[in-house]
Amino acid sequence: MGDQAAKASHPYIPNAVPTVKAQMLAQVGVGASEDLYDVIPPPLRLGRLLDLPEALVSEYDLRRHVEGLLARNRACDELLSFLGAGCWQHAVPAVCDEIGSRGEFLTGYHDGSRSMLGSYQAQFEFQSMMGELVGMEMVSTTTYDWGTSAASSLIMAAQITGRREVLLPRTISPGRLRQINTICGPTLSVRLIDYERESGSLDLAALRSALSQETAAVYLEVPAYLGTLESRAPEIGDLARQKGALFIVGVDPSSLGVLAAPRDYGADIVCGDLQPLGIHMSYGGGQAGFIATPHEDRFIATCPTLLVSILPTERPGEYVFDWVNFEHISYGLRADSHDFAGTAQTIWAIVAGVYLALMGPQGMRELGETIMQRRAYAAARLGELDGVVAPALNGACFKEFVVNFDGCRRSVAEINAGLLERGILGGKDLTDEFPELGRSALYCVTEIHRKEDIDRLATALAEVLR
Amino acid sequence: MSVDTGGKVILREHFHQAAWNEPLIVELGRAGRRGVVPPDAGEELRSQVGDVLGGTPVGLRRRQPPVLPELSQPEVVRHYTRLSQMVLANNVAVNLGLGTTTMKYNPLINEVLSRSPKLTELHPAQDESTVQGILELLYRFGEMLSEISGMDRFTFQPAGGSQGILANALMMRAHHAANGQASQRDEVITTIFSHPANAAAPATIGFKVITLYPGREGYPELDALKRAVSERTAGLMITNPEDTGIFNPQIAEFVRVVHDAGGLCAYDQANANGILGVTRARDAGFDMCQFNLHKTFSVPHGCMGGAVGATGVQKDLTAFLPSPTVEFDGSRYYLDSRRPASVGAIRSGLGNVQSVLKAYAWVRSLGAEGLREAAHMAVLNNNYLAAKVTAIRGASLSFADENPTRRLEQARYSWERLAAETGVHTMDVHNRMIDFGVQGYFTSHHPWLVPEPFTLEPAESYTQEELDEFAAVLERVADEAYSDPETVKTAPHRSTAAAPVPRAQEHPAMTWRAFQELRRQGLV
Repeated sequence: MGDQAAKASHPYIPNAVPTVKAQMLAQVGVGASEDLYDVIPPPLRLGRLLDLPEALVSEYDLRRHVEGLLARNRACDELLSFLGAGCWQHAVPAVCDEIGSRGEFLTGYHDGSRSMLGSYQAQFEFQSMMGELVGMEMVSTTTYDWGTSAASSLIMAAQITGRREVLLPRTISPGRLRQINTICGPTLSVRLIDYERESGSLDLAALRSALSQETAAVYLEVPAYLGTLESRAPEIGDLARQKGALFIVGVDPSSLGVLAAPRDYGADIVCGDLQPLGIHMSYGGGQAGFIATPHEDRFIATCPTLLVSILPTERPGEYVFDWVNFEHISYGLRADSHDFAGTAQTIWAIVAGVYLALMGPQGMRELGETIMQRRAYAAARLGELDGVVAPALNGACFKEFVVNFDGCRRSVAEINAGLLERGILGGKDLTDEFPELGRSALYCVTEIHRKEDIDRLATALAEVLR
Repeated sequence: MSVDTGGKVILREHFHQAAWNEPLIVELGRAGRRGVVPPDAGEELRSQVGDVLGGTPVGLRRRQPPVLPELSQPEVVRHYTRLSQMVLANNVAVNLGLGTTTMKYNPLINEVLSRSPKLTELHPAQDESTVQGILELLYRFGEMLSEISGMDRFTFQPAGGSQGILANALMMRAHHAANGQASQRDEVITTIFSHPANAAAPATIGFKVITLYPGREGYPELDALKRAVSERTAGLMITNPEDTGIFNPQIAEFVRVVHDAGGLCAYDQANANGILGVTRARDAGFDMCQFNLHKTFSVPHGCMGGAVGATGVQKDLTAFLPSPTVEFDGSRYYLDSRRPASVGAIRSGLGNVQSVLKAYAWVRSLGAEGLREAAHMAVLNNNYLAAKVTAIRGASLSFADENPTRRLEQARYSWERLAAETGVHTMDVHNRMIDFGVQGYFTSHHPWLVPEPFTLEPAESYTQEELDEFAAVLERVADEAYSDPETVKTAPHRSTAAAPVPRAQEHPAMTWRAFQELRRQGLV
């Protein structure tokens, strides 16, 4: 900071003004701020300046620098993207952006609803609306994402049942499976149940033979990672229950205006991601998880997040809200807990609540319908191309579907490279994740894809495959 | 001529927080109203695909629409704007009371930059050639944190401090597993004044946890650590300075003792705000550390997240970092997922990337001198405030008898005397402070070893006048405790809502539906 501008006090550090600093040092009774560190043994003190890039004290210089870096990105609003696979491009209402950027929500932390009623109320409202969507009466505060909430749900099931084995579909998102293995691997045994190649449905015979007195939970995703809708979900729940295991369902909540609430087909625990509810993708930064259960002690006692409850006040019709399980999770129990609760993704819960309030029941239904119509159209258009099978799995789908290119001469990577030359991000390459599906990709279509966009994809694909 | 007001102290006698009496959103609206309309697929497309819902498996069809409120757009905007006005947030009120959380200024330019579509509209699976800008930013910021901590590599995947601590516990385990000692080394040592996650996260993945308590000077004694280590020690997970603001001067010896026993040392740097550019984790011998970017590095807290637990390790442990890592081959940035020794994935994608961008922008704005200045001013602010707080009747600094020397960036105090003399407790004082337009304070994590605790952390962003204001509010409330304790005990009087009815917490309800049911049963 050798230049003139930097010599002035930094705009973020008000007391660095020399006269103020001198006054404060005098009151503390030290000659220089270095003297405040006399408690740190000299060998541990860094005797030099950190080697960092030159300061950009001027906000304008900083803006130019960071914008220069970002300019090297090509985002999904300039490209045409068909990527999904757990992070989805949806329309974000302006109201979501406005409320999510309000400084009061953005820069608050936590201090109870006597001084922060608004954020606690917004959190509780989100919980109430999310509960309606999934058919549950108990909804957690946020977890970090779907994968973390799935892992936490499995740990809950193990605690509740006293068992240590969990059964997952082999069609689970490989990313979520990695998270589950990382988080649950040390304490639980994770087994994968195979699926039927034609439909993507869970192999029920394999499930039956794997279920035992050791099974803590059967976990299912609806829609599945591969886009399909598990028609036998209710039966799978029954099978789990018959063995005393819990039935956990992971959901994409954007589907729940048209798809049944998981509780209605027997889910004991529902988990999933909030990102599709009015939250930008932000390179994966928009993910946020939730856990929902019936209002029963066994779930409330094992839910590994802080829980926000409504509390009536002395004034009729007035409520406050507060954390109610502080003493029962790691904040109170420390090592005697089964969670690593802490700051998670609350700002996204507030935004998701805004989204659900804007959409209402009608909006959620129309969203689901328009997505499914566009997805069906896209599958039909791609299926017309020589050598392309779409959808490659023959069950019903929501917004994603597998496209198989085995009949073409090119790999998915080559196809996607060709599409990118035409300004299109093709579907997620499944070749490594699901080798048994051959040269396949997972395409995602949402309400943001217009008919012309889908036609453009079909035309570009035809060119690339030629 | 320059204007200097001389730092006049303000006491907001007539402050009143917004109190909108705003109903719950589920109590609002009329059938048929709507806030947004999803785009219609169009008649042409619809006619081509036919009845798509009819193809949905019968058991998965929604039969009853979700009971969501039906509101017009202006109603939604007003509702949430009103709620936002009932939050005494950091950019509205002085939040320095929230010790251990480093409430500092969250620069608005960083918000503007993070909302660029060049970031918000990126998909995590995009071709690497289309995300070179964000990958470069992540890579460069990893290098900066390595310089700041002395570590060799960082990951930003953990989306909170607790998840960063979990990542460190997982890497500890992976390190010992690689040496064939996973089952033998099953104990993690932590301290009671470290964040609870330092005990909970290792326990969650199966470690036994040994907790050290402070000695007379406020930090654990070396002998206690020596008694705790053994061939079963996997590692130490510790904060320094701890939540009391007391820096453990023997920290390098602590690390040595654990290393000699074959364990690793993880430094929870949640309390790093006073030591940036002053002392480094690696220089004290630590193997791994995590910074909370939502605390020390200016990222806003979002009323409990998005957060980042930026986690760094020394070079012998880089193979264990979560995957993928961001790499640079000299001309292009890329993601490396083929890392067989990695502990795996902690969070999807690369974490809260938008928050990493804000932290990067903060460090770039300050530079090396600015970072050190921020640390120095945070410590100066704290010691300046401590002198004022300890002069208040009824208040005292924890461990002051045995350890009167400095606190770094925060300090834990006690109202023990005030409570004994007036019957006014720390939460009463907290609630009364709100009436003067400052955010209440954080008491302490559990257990409360310091009786009637309160923990203050005046980060570098607060003005001398604001420190004076905060101290004046504390002094005023303490005076009231002696002269008019009822006013304090029934506070807040000028805030957003009344107190919950007694024992309301006995029947918690996390949704409106659950609450209605409890009400039907006559329980609430």
